[in-house]
Amino acid sequence: MTINTLSQDGVQRQQMPCLTKMERMIISMQDPDMGIKLRNQRLLITVIPHKCSISDEEALHVGQLFVKYGYIYPLKEPRNLILKADDSSYRFQTPYYWMSTRWPASELDYAIYLAKKNIRKQGELIEYEKECYNALHKRINHTWDFVVMQAREQLRASKQRRKGDRIVLECQEQAYWLVNRPPVSPEHYKLTTLTKNTIIEHNRISLARNRVKSSICLESYVKYCEQYQPHDPIMQGCLPSNPWITDDIMFWNMNSETVALPTKLRVERWSFSFMELLNDQMGRKEFLTYLEKEFSAENLCFWQACEDVRHGETAKIPEKVDEVYKQFLAPGASRWVNIDSKTMEKTLEGLKRPHRFVLDDAQMHIYFLMKKDSYPRYLKSELYKNLLARAIVPQETKKSVFPFMRRQRHSSPSPALATQTAEDDGKAKYSNSNSGTASRL
Amino acid sequence: MGEMEQLRKEAESLKDEITAARKAVQDLTLQDHVAGTAVVGRVQLKTRKTLRGHLSKIYAVHWGDSKLCVSASQDGKLIVWDSYTTNKVHAIPLKSSWVMTCAYAPSGNMVACGGLDNMCSIYNLKGKDGNVKVMRELAAHTGYLSCCRFLNDNEIITSSGDCTCVLWDIETGSQKTVFAGHLGDCMSLGVAPDFNTFISGACDFTAKLWDIRDGQCRQTFGGHESDINAIGFFPNGNAVITGSDDASCKLYDLRSDQELITYQDSGIMCGVTSLAPSFSGRLILAGYDDFNCNIWDSLKAERVGVLSGHDNRVSCIGVTPDGMACCTGSWDSFLKIWN
Repeated sequence: MTINTLSQDGVQRQQMPCLTKMERMIISMQDPDMGIKLRNQRLLITVIPHKCSISDEEALHVGQLFVKYGYIYPLKEPRNLILKADDSSYRFQTPYYWMSTRWPASELDYAIYLAKKNIRKQGELIEYEKECYNALHKRINHTWDFVVMQAREQLRASKQRRKGDRIVLECQEQAYWLVNRPPVSPEHYKLTTLTKNTIIEHNRISLARNRVKSSICLESYVKYCEQYQPHDPIMQGCLPSNPWITDDIMFWNMNSETVALPTKLRVERWSFSFMELLNDQMGRKEFLTYLEKEFSAENLCFWQACEDVRHGETAKIPEKVDEVYKQFLAPGASRWVNIDSKTMEKTLEGLKRPHRFVLDDAQMHIYFLMKKDSYPRYLKSELYKNLLARAIVPQETKKSVFPFMRRQRHSSPSPALATQTAEDDGKAKYSNSNSGTASRL
Repeated sequence: MGEMEQLRKEAESLKDEITAARKAVQDLTLQDHVAGTAVVGRVQLKTRKTLRGHLSKIYAVHWGDSKLCVSASQDGKLIVWDSYTTNKVHAIPLKSSWVMTCAYAPSGNMVACGGLDNMCSIYNLKGKDGNVKVMRELAAHTGYLSCCRFLNDNEIITSSGDCTCVLWDIETGSQKTVFAGHLGDCMSLGVAPDFNTFISGACDFTAKLWDIRDGQCRQTFGGHESDINAIGFFPNGNAVITGSDDASCKLYDLRSDQELITYQDSGIMCGVTSLAPSFSGRLILAGYDDFNCNIWDSLKAERVGVLSGHDNRVSCIGVTPDGMACCTGSWDSFLKIWN
């Protein structure tokens, strides 16, 4: 989706459209009539044609891209792949070496290039090139004879060219490999070592982790889906009726937060897990009533206060934490909660520097206490069973027989769409299910 | 360089050991396990509403509750819809029209959006004078904002093209935690049902599970062959579902630390742009580049339905919190509610 920087593994597929655009520009730049003026470069006594300089500031950025991707290469400092807005000289790269035609730059070709350089300059490869050379030597050792032979052959053939041509070809090849195998700086090495160390640490921790058998995990999904299927309106429909189909919002009314009597499905859901009970406003209220009878209501209040700290405003955290301490944790507090001494010590220590998660350990402890003890007893209690028995199972409302008696709902019509809305009206009156296609496999 | 080679070898060998450990707990294949489960049968969903009003491609949609949703389009507008009546509750003009994501706060008080401006803008919907104004602009990312999700009215998590995810404090506008570790642009994120962890999918073909409290990456899941565009939690919070450009969706289990199920079909060759599980998790709705949405049976890994009706790529999909309906947003500038 975005243009990624050149990576060692080769150009990403997504770059193709950008490259094609660049190439079209490059071609038009070299047009003899409309393109950039090309002059001859004097290299000692050799005259090399087709050099140009770029000084127009507006074109600087586009030019930078050209240099970065290897369509133009600088002559004076070939290793410095930037475009300078002065008189320095550049040359266009031959289409043979364009990124779109020659990628992925193969290891074999790079090996041949390095071997050639090695032979020619008699072992004067730069540091990183030496490393690459050695690494390649190890990796493709089996074809090394071929590599050396090719290198020698190419050197011999180039000797037979005119000096001008030879220099151009060498520059082109060098520029190509500078773009495709950029030099690696020492900082980069340090960074890579650091990254590798972090990865190794991460992998070690990951290896030591406890893994559950896949059969157990799959079983849990099957159970979960089965348990929740009656509650999934897309799978099993809903009572009294789906508001989206029948335009009747009774379902939402019956399941709102503050309804007098809840539906049976809703009450059943509270028995699925403790979180389900706590997430439902009404469920929490019922549970609180039960806990009050058991004289352990302070647990739920404490849990709620901790949630408030966790999800509330940062500025209010210190005062909220202080309140919690006074009400629930201080010795002799009015609603003292029973936490084990270790957790209590840790929490009190943390209270000296209150932050959002300072009450987490205590909250966890009370949560598990309620989950293991009060929650199962609540589900077996008379209070819950009564509610379940009294809970409503809504009657299914029949779909209205005469579709044109349904109230139409329109968004506020924009003047531009006025005519279209009128058309839609007509269509909707005769069938309410034509706008989407039924499934076809 | 010798040291690098050594490190590389060590990392490789650890990776191999992890793969072996994962295989060791694979005691049963999915097919054997779900052989006894009832078949879902064909699922036919019909368009119940079409929300018209955007003038350009829709990039993101997010449900606030069972009726209200917010959508973001590159015509520079954020629209809050009452999708039941198809009325536009708010039409918020954006400073930068290159928006790529939007989010609705669980409380319903705020919406957020962001995109190529590298910032996450928070809008307060319940302002005193009824106008919707920018409440905060969270700027610190050095890459485009690909996804954002509210934890509550004070905290929001964003994922960005600079390969990091960040947890922000909205009140102060500062970064509380930076989750770094991905090697490619982070494309999407999903928050766990218990709000203790979140997952992110990135262009390095992996998905990572992060602990919100201490900022550590707890688990990494690989296996995809291309960028992961969409990610979501299975409703019970024990699994992660990802959708990728390699035309497949995968289900990764957190407890066995591996990929358990792949949802792919030889007839589908275009990338997945978005996905959402149904309320029970039995169905996975995934939007594709070929203008359709496929409905998968999450346990049997079979296609059980198609939602076709859009004239351009389906860019985003969402299921209401009560599981009633799903909304698809597309580059054809329409949102459709299906049921």
